[in-house]
Amino acid sequence: MSGGAMESVADAAARATPKRMAGRLRGLSDRAIAWLFISPTIVLLLAINIFPLLWTVYLSFTNYRANQPGREVKWIGTRNYERLLGSEDVWGYMQATAHFLVWTMVLQVVIGLGLALLINRGFRTSGFWTTVILIPMMLSPAVVGTFWTYLYQPQTGIFSYIINTFAEVGALNMIGSVSLAPWAIVIVDTWMWTPYIMLLCLAGLRSIPPYLYEAAEIDRANALQKFWYITLPRILPFLMLAVLFRGIENFKMFDMVVELTSGGPGSTTELASINLKREAFEKWRTGYASAFAVILFVTVFGLASIYVKALNRVRS
Amino acid sequence: MSARSTAYSVGESSTRTKWIAAVLVIGYALVAMIPLVWIGMTGFKSPPDSIAYPPKVFFEPTLEGYVNLFTTRSRQTDEYIESLGPPQTWYDELVRERNMVITGPSRFADRYKNSIVIGFGSTFLAVFLGTLAAYGFSRFKVPLKDDLLFFILSTRMMPPIAVAIPIFLMYRELGLSDTALGMILLYTAVNLSLAVWLLKGFVDEIPREYEEAAVVDGYTRFQAFYKVVLPQMRSGIAATAIFCLIFAWNEYAFALLLTSGEAQTAPPFIPIIIGEGGLDWPAVAAGTTVFLLPVVIFTVLLRNQLLRGITFGAIRK
Repeated sequence: MSGGAMESVADAAARATPKRMAGRLRGLSDRAIAWLFISPTIVLLLAINIFPLLWTVYLSFTNYRANQPGREVKWIGTRNYERLLGSEDVWGYMQATAHFLVWTMVLQVVIGLGLALLINRGFRTSGFWTTVILIPMMLSPAVVGTFWTYLYQPQTGIFSYIINTFAEVGALNMIGSVSLAPWAIVIVDTWMWTPYIMLLCLAGLRSIPPYLYEAAEIDRANALQKFWYITLPRILPFLMLAVLFRGIENFKMFDMVVELTSGGPGSTTELASINLKREAFEKWRTGYASAFAVILFVTVFGLASIYVKALNRVRS
Repeated sequence: MSARSTAYSVGESSTRTKWIAAVLVIGYALVAMIPLVWIGMTGFKSPPDSIAYPPKVFFEPTLEGYVNLFTTRSRQTDEYIESLGPPQTWYDELVRERNMVITGPSRFADRYKNSIVIGFGSTFLAVFLGTLAAYGFSRFKVPLKDDLLFFILSTRMMPPIAVAIPIFLMYRELGLSDTALGMILLYTAVNLSLAVWLLKGFVDEIPREYEEAAVVDGYTRFQAFYKVVLPQMRSGIAATAIFCLIFAWNEYAFALLLTSGEAQTAPPFIPIIIGEGGLDWPAVAAGTTVFLLPVVIFTVLLRNQLLRGITFGAIRK
């Protein structure tokens, strides 16, 4: 279908090309093909990614409200940014985000690396169980958040019930309690994404040539030394890449948490993206929310750039 | 000691360490499966069983959750129900046991259909455009190539809500709000970054010599691409398509903010399946099961390509 259409364009182009110029035009037409192939992608990305991004930057300097389209839009300079950076609430959302980000990364790296090391022992049926473990990360985060609210029900939920069979702590109100809710979201994210870290660590482990361990054997290195001097340095780039991808995702975290706690109780789990949604689509402070979006983007971009530099140093 | 000292040699782990590793890994897998198995079971529970204390592991299975998922019902008096005569179908009978009457289909089937249309539409576009762009990036000297590729990737760093603000305004102006076309275009743009990166990796692996030989044989560039490169990319394209499909299938933030009635997909709909007195958990669980099952199947099919997909092709094996 589409391929056929392209072919006929090509044939037409070939027919239209005089033979003596063909040599010169082959180079040219390569370039034409390159642009023909790439430009639709660029155009779509410009229209749906870059243009909106620039619009967001513009809006962030105005008092625009999307629910009042007729209202006059005023340029208010950096007032949105001043308000944001001076706000203690915003600082609170950033702290909630940092808590979520740090703990999910720590737990997932520890458990994921541990699982990868165990799977790498290569017991029988390990392939099957690896696939089973991978399932949660492919699921829809919003739907995952939804069904975990059911598992987290304080009286009737299975989570509290299972915990209580091991330790009599009483009904656990994971979502409703100020002290437990930040951990409720960390647990679900860890359940969902530990397989991701595990999978990348496995790739790292498989990239280590066995002769390194054989050489270490001859040097009478013990297990800990082998892990520290051979395994860890070799898988570190993989591990860091995993943390980079997951870190960016968790900094933007919205869907799973919004369905699980919707930011509550109070604002204990109100992550930056959740507050952004509240400002933009509930309070309709479009200008202010745009400024917040710009700040978040710059933060992710800045942190990711620094991190990638560190990653490149580890790699080389 | 000897067991420990060979512990990290590939393929030489002792039987005992292998056993310990197997027990721990299988233990983790089983615990991690509890939530999914539990949700699968809840779909077959009756509403009272779904909120019983202690949680019921053994229960009498019923299809009530699935019936509730696909229908809307209203509570009626006994007299009214008797006046209707005997129930026509098994699901009528099931509903009438709760003094209810089916009043029509629910909107879940529509939402599911939207998920399929938008998912496949955006996947087709993203893979089609992505294949062309990947070939272009792989085979030709494109000015600012590295910057372009980084630019494509960096579009993923924006929080979806931040992108949703201007898209919301733009779509309102263009009349694309709450339309399947608008969502297809949006998901295509988001998926393109993934598609281009993944597919470029697959094109890079195909030796250029094949096309050059084809060109020498009198093929045009297009023909060489279409008849030589494309067939070899088949499995790569299939894997990329599944990743795009899963993303579009799972996406929630844009669907929540940019659709309401017409083009809403399943993820924003499942959490609001309300029964009498709060969420209808068996129906929510049934919806969750019906929604997640295809992804589970694709994950199993895709397991060998998974690593590549989730790292944007950064890690290939």
